[in-house]
Amino acid sequence: MLTAFAILTDALVYAAYLFVVAIGLTLIFGVMKVLNVAHGSFYAFGAYGAATAVGVYFDKGWPVAGGFLLMLLAAMLIGLVIGIVLERGILRLVYGKDEVVVVLVTYAVFLILEDLLVLFWGTDSYSAYQPLAVAGNFEVGALVLSGYDMGLIALAVVLAAVAHWALKHTRYGHLLTVVMFDRETAAAFGINVTVVFTFTFVLGAMLGALGGAAMAPKISVTLGIGVEVIVLAFAVVVIGGLGSIEGALIGALIVGLCRAAAVHLVPQLELFVIYAVMAVVLVFRPYGLLTQAQPRKI
Amino acid sequence: MWSRANLVGALAFLALAIAAPALPAWLVSLATIAFSNAFVVLGLVILWRAGLVPFGQALFYATGAYSVALIGRYTGLRDAFLMLTAAAASAGIVAFLVGYLLARYRDIFFAMLSLAMSMILYGVLVKTQTLGSTDGFHVQTPTFLGVAPRGGTLNLAVFWLVLGLSAAAALLISLYFRSIAGVLAVPVRDNEIRVEFLGISVTRLIHLKLVISGILAGIGGALAAFAVGHVDPNMAYWTTSGGFVFVTILSGTNSIAATFVGSFMFELVRSIAVDILPGTWQFILGSVLLLTILFLPEGLGSVFSRLRRGMP
Amino acid sequence: MNAILAVRNLEKTFGSVVAARDISLDVPAAQTIGIIGANGAGKTTFVNMITGHIKPSKGSIRFEDKDITGLPSRAITRLGISRSFQVAQIFPSLTVRENLCAAAAIARGKDSILACALQPLHSPATIAEAGGIIELFQIAGYRDVLASTLPQGARKLLDIAMAVGGWPRLLLLDEPTSGVSVEEKFAIMDVVMSALRSRKITILFVEHDMDIVARFADRVLAFYDGTVIADGTPAAALADPQVQAFISGTKRAAGSQGSATHA
Repeated sequence: MLTAFAILTDALVYAAYLFVVAIGLTLIFGVMKVLNVAHGSFYAFGAYGAATAVGVYFDKGWPVAGGFLLMLLAAMLIGLVIGIVLERGILRLVYGKDEVVVVLVTYAVFLILEDLLVLFWGTDSYSAYQPLAVAGNFEVGALVLSGYDMGLIALAVVLAAVAHWALKHTRYGHLLTVVMFDRETAAAFGINVTVVFTFTFVLGAMLGALGGAAMAPKISVTLGIGVEVIVLAFAVVVIGGLGSIEGALIGALIVGLCRAAAVHLVPQLELFVIYAVMAVVLVFRPYGLLTQAQPRKI
Repeated sequence: MWSRANLVGALAFLALAIAAPALPAWLVSLATIAFSNAFVVLGLVILWRAGLVPFGQALFYATGAYSVALIGRYTGLRDAFLMLTAAAASAGIVAFLVGYLLARYRDIFFAMLSLAMSMILYGVLVKTQTLGSTDGFHVQTPTFLGVAPRGGTLNLAVFWLVLGLSAAAALLISLYFRSIAGVLAVPVRDNEIRVEFLGISVTRLIHLKLVISGILAGIGGALAAFAVGHVDPNMAYWTTSGGFVFVTILSGTNSIAATFVGSFMFELVRSIAVDILPGTWQFILGSVLLLTILFLPEGLGSVFSRLRRGMP
Repeated sequence: MNAILAVRNLEKTFGSVVAARDISLDVPAAQTIGIIGANGAGKTTFVNMITGHIKPSKGSIRFEDKDITGLPSRAITRLGISRSFQVAQIFPSLTVRENLCAAAAIARGKDSILACALQPLHSPATIAEAGGIIELFQIAGYRDVLASTLPQGARKLLDIAMAVGGWPRLLLLDEPTSGVSVEEKFAIMDVVMSALRSRKITILFVEHDMDIVARFADRVLAFYDGTVIADGTPAAALADPQVQAFISGTKRAAGSQGSATHA
């Protein structure tokens, strides 16, 4: 019973983390048909930036709540800057090209950004443990839950709710929905698709960086975190359906649950269970859980 | 069969084989690794021409490499040719099985599913002690039909092995490119439904291409295992697959010779960059790739230029 | 009379849409049948079912006395039925000659995929075959032109020529002159018909141009709302009041040579 509860909480924490990372990726794909490998870099830059900011901040002994806020702001600023530079500089040159070609372009960008990361922060590891320590723990029965983890879950829930509301009830959300449906139709209706693309990419970048910042206190911020996270994010969005935010949520929950179960019950499966689930889902739903196929008319 | 291009290629391989003892050891080692990797790239070219870009060829590469390493560790077999055959067979079987699933997908989903398959192997390798876990393990020195060279002669022997196999592969693949299955790559890429309506199963064609590319990648992995003397789970990681895709982009899909030359140039530049300009290799590679994809699509074959003529 | 194609009670529903209901007919060998009807009347659905692109919901299709209902398109092609497409389905990256070589090679090749890896595509027999088809369809002038740059008339001819690669006994043409300029339509159909009739191929062609139908068809099937509402000689079918109401759109005196009318 205790194990079941432990698996559930672990699953939710992991799902929260995956969702925060994946939501930006799936949004960018949905609107722009760009599967952005460089999303892993947004995550990494967000994590490093947050770690640095947190390190500086907590050294000065300033109020704790501000530390959390600073972490998030640092990440979003980094995401904003990188997002704008990438979208206006490179990505706009490949809109309309084959989706796989675009992936290769974003992969090339990812490589460049990885070396830039080393240029700015070197090869050392950083840790940003302070927010984790400050949030403390609390006990539920025999389980000890981390306050920070609960905050992470809350963050994911808030993000999901805001995304859902924004897409359905704001003007910009409607614009995004139309562009997601068909870029040409949107343009024919007078929507400035270029602006929508820039906005979406920057938003996605900020969300990716936010994911990195949110995770920074829980991990050792070091080389390779971007490389690791991007394949996880791919699996989540492919499982849920490329371009679908609900899909990212469902994908994250499924993956979180499978991984938590593996970790507690069959540890040998931990590393690859997520990809096995991805393969199984694709067998039954070739375009992901929530996406329909578009049959070709002849 | 003996077209001019093939003749030139055969002579080039022969010249390299003869010159090898006179070349510096680091160059021979570099070329050995480069040509081993070229096998994987050849397999990628076969799929790329049909419009498919797998992101998980490392699955077969690692299968081949680990086959060799495991045979060396758990049996007394040392013969290189036997081990290569086993590597090719195991990679081929994996490709055959995985192909049943993979051959039904296209575009991004093909790429992602292929990626997932390779990450499954990665996960298995990392978590399994008998397979060496994260450290991997050492590859036993191979023998060649009873001959057991050591030191510098061993390096030469491996190099000659790679050269001989490369020449054979180049010839066989050039024949394959003229075959019905090979020539139909472009029609499949252009208009798969029409190919079906003409009376042939595209899924089975792609399955065949997957098996061939899997066998090639497995042989490449086995040769790399001999060359490096060590295998580890990183050989199945997605960045390894990505590396092969990048070499394919840079070499283009137009000619088999370009595959070998491109692989060699890639290894050469990487060595130089890592030695002389540490911390910039990925930056250089990423930039070159970006420029190539954005501004030189003509040199890059099928995926990029849909109006280009198919290879005769 | 032994029908080369026998259709019985064919039906197809997509969800709540009935695209074909209770279609039954016999097609004698070497006949040329024109299929007319408004868009959405079920003509293309019918063609898709016969050629294996869609499985019927109910009913049976027999070809040369073999049940082909629900078989996949490539099996049906191997049995001797081919089709051309409303939008020409060609290989844009290849030349006309290469397009036809591909079609001829697939037709000549065996089913075994392994054999496909071992046989060269451009064998002398295949090249000769492709050349013969090029002559038959009179597109020799475009032999080495990239298919993507072909004018519409030549594209449609190439599309049909590719379907002929395996010398089918039954050929379905889906709007063979669609997109072709009015001046060229008859010329194109002349070439196509003489090529196909020289080989005694049974032809079913979907067409919107009533003059073409009147000129080239032995028999006309009029589709409306998923069923066949008229089946007879062109003169009889086109004069049928239901056909005039639903398809031709205006009343015409029997046998008049007015301009083509489209629903």
